[in-house]
Amino acid sequence: MRTYRRTHLQTLEDESVHIFRELAAERERPCLLFSGGKDSIVLLRLAEKAFRPARFPFPLLHVDTGHNFPETLEYRDRRVAELGERLIVASVQDSIDKGRVTEETGPRASRNRLQTTTLLDAIEEHQFDAAIGGARRDEERARAKERIFSHRDEFGQWDPKNQRPELWSLYNGRVKRGEHLRVFPLSNWTELDVWEYIRHEEIPLPSIYFAHRRDVFERDGMLYAANPFVKLLPHEKIRKEEVRFRTIGDMSCTGAVKSSAKTLDEVIAEVAAARVTERGATRADDKFTEAAMEDRKREGYF
Amino acid sequence: MSGLDEEAELLRFSTAGSVDDGKSTLIGRLLYDTKTAFEDQLQHVEDVSRRRGDERTNLALLTDGLRAEREQGITIDVAYRYFATKRRKFIIADTPGHVQYTRNMVTGASTASLSIILVDARQGLVEQSRRHAFIASLLRIPHLVFAVNKMDLVGWDEKVFRKIEDEFRDFAARLDVQDIAFIPISALTGANVVDRSADMPWYHGPTLLYHLETVHISSDRNLIDVRFPVQWVIRPQSDEHHDYRGYAGQVAGGVLRAGDEVVALPSGLATTITKIEQHGRPVDAAFAPMSVTVHLADDVDISRGDLLARPNNQPSVGQDLDAMICWMTDKPLSPKGRYALKHTTRWTRAIVTDVLYRLDVNTGHRDEAAGKLGLNDLGRIRLRTTTPVIYDAYRRNRTTGSFILVDETTNNTVAAGMLLAE
Repeated sequence: MRTYRRTHLQTLEDESVHIFRELAAERERPCLLFSGGKDSIVLLRLAEKAFRPARFPFPLLHVDTGHNFPETLEYRDRRVAELGERLIVASVQDSIDKGRVTEETGPRASRNRLQTTTLLDAIEEHQFDAAIGGARRDEERARAKERIFSHRDEFGQWDPKNQRPELWSLYNGRVKRGEHLRVFPLSNWTELDVWEYIRHEEIPLPSIYFAHRRDVFERDGMLYAANPFVKLLPHEKIRKEEVRFRTIGDMSCTGAVKSSAKTLDEVIAEVAAARVTERGATRADDKFTEAAMEDRKREGYF
Repeated sequence: MSGLDEEAELLRFSTAGSVDDGKSTLIGRLLYDTKTAFEDQLQHVEDVSRRRGDERTNLALLTDGLRAEREQGITIDVAYRYFATKRRKFIIADTPGHVQYTRNMVTGASTASLSIILVDARQGLVEQSRRHAFIASLLRIPHLVFAVNKMDLVGWDEKVFRKIEDEFRDFAARLDVQDIAFIPISALTGANVVDRSADMPWYHGPTLLYHLETVHISSDRNLIDVRFPVQWVIRPQSDEHHDYRGYAGQVAGGVLRAGDEVVALPSGLATTITKIEQHGRPVDAAFAPMSVTVHLADDVDISRGDLLARPNNQPSVGQDLDAMICWMTDKPLSPKGRYALKHTTRWTRAIVTDVLYRLDVNTGHRDEAAGKLGLNDLGRIRLRTTTPVIYDAYRRNRTTGSFILVDETTNNTVAAGMLLAE
């Protein structure tokens, strides 16, 4: 007699596909936040599983800081073309030019926080009532408590102490006009799950996730890619290192890790042995205060 | 997080215990001993503990995520934690011990296959342990583990453990739980959590982690009663797939195969499954919790909210519902209240026709004079819906037997409900 087993990855996929379909059925105008990072790349595969052979019932939205890794943009455009889906680009540069936000200055300037305004403006402009994101609960303390269907008020704000209870797989997709939902199909995935799924599904990734030699400089104990958007401090020097990226964000705040992992198997072996969380290892944006992520999320960040 | 076997299964469990039972220490211990807690997280916890002047590194801080929680030293909300061993991947729904305990325990329990109830060996059976066990049984969690903690503080005494075990067995006999285990541990020292304890040679059962890794969960699902709530109809608007019409959804019960005769509810039309697929790949047998797309022989009118079942094994269809609910908001539920109701993939509206009783979770006493239910109350009510609901009793199927109520003015989820038999 056969046993009706599902592996952990299959169970996670089943749940994520269910979340996608619930969202599509409950909201009229969703969008999928696509950054070109591995989590949003997995979202695209799950959306294929949920809706093919039909097209996705939502466009993709990329919030472009103008400080992307070129490899990410190249990947984004190729992937969107392969899928034949619609991409909307919301540009932080436009927000700066229109005076909606002010560019930070100095050697530690970053456009990370400015993205929130660009994102909320895009949601308003296109009248999106839901935005699907790739955030996971294992990433960060504040995210561990976020709902899968997470409510945002008319200012795009998250109120962590007043969240709707979420039970079984019965998601409450109701919002009032002007409010929206953030929906996180990968809530229950870990970093390792994402990598194992990428391997299992044979999903191509941007090249910077694998070890390569590149110009880097060290700041606050982290390695950053040399890039035209960051001014070096007097003691900082550019050097060549073999590195890869565990997360992909803005060039100005995404650190690299030293690595010789050139294949998926090697990356997975490294992730499995890692002793530091991916955001702790590589994201300056989470380091400012103890509740940096919670604060940005309250304002409407991803 | 050592290399997880690709074939490894997923186990969701919840934890419950009062503030001083050492629940957070136990979770910290599981994360730490399975090498899941990361160095930067531990460093962070050590830094904060030192700043607050805690005597020991406070592993509880690993699980307290929100600023208000850290400031007040309490856990407000259900937090989800993840760890894995070679055998299984685990999702922990960590529910707070006192603040909003019923609402949070019910939430955490709703997706759990197992619940760990922490008991302080020095205190034994207390009111809160009974309450936790009762809610776990109400939510139909198939496996309960009583972790008798702080055995180090009672001199690792077998008599203390056996006395608690006996008391609980008596109490648990009245609960509707299939599988109960008792494990003596010390979360502080790690005894019997991951590694066997030399201090308790009289205990021959499994360690807590071994139990979590091996408890038999595949038979928890209902593989008998075919239930397929239609979630989404896939109809590509393209020439290539002109005639494609797929009914997408997540199997809630039973096993579906191509060639099976099914009936669509509520219409009652009978047809046959021609094909089941996942992303273009044919599926031989679909069972819970698989997300699949089903193709049918006849061009029947089926849409979201409908349900496929076998003709000779059909769920109830009705507008008068009898349910146990947990009330989750400040404004009380009262007779004649009107709410939006979500059940499987269907929204309808409901009016409360009767509040039969409020249930005291500590004593099991039914207060029939209550008349209404307040925040964190459990009780039995009757509802009348505007359209038929296709359901099973919750004890038969946790998916087709559960629902939520939503306040239509605020859109807040205000209640969790478990349907009783017709």
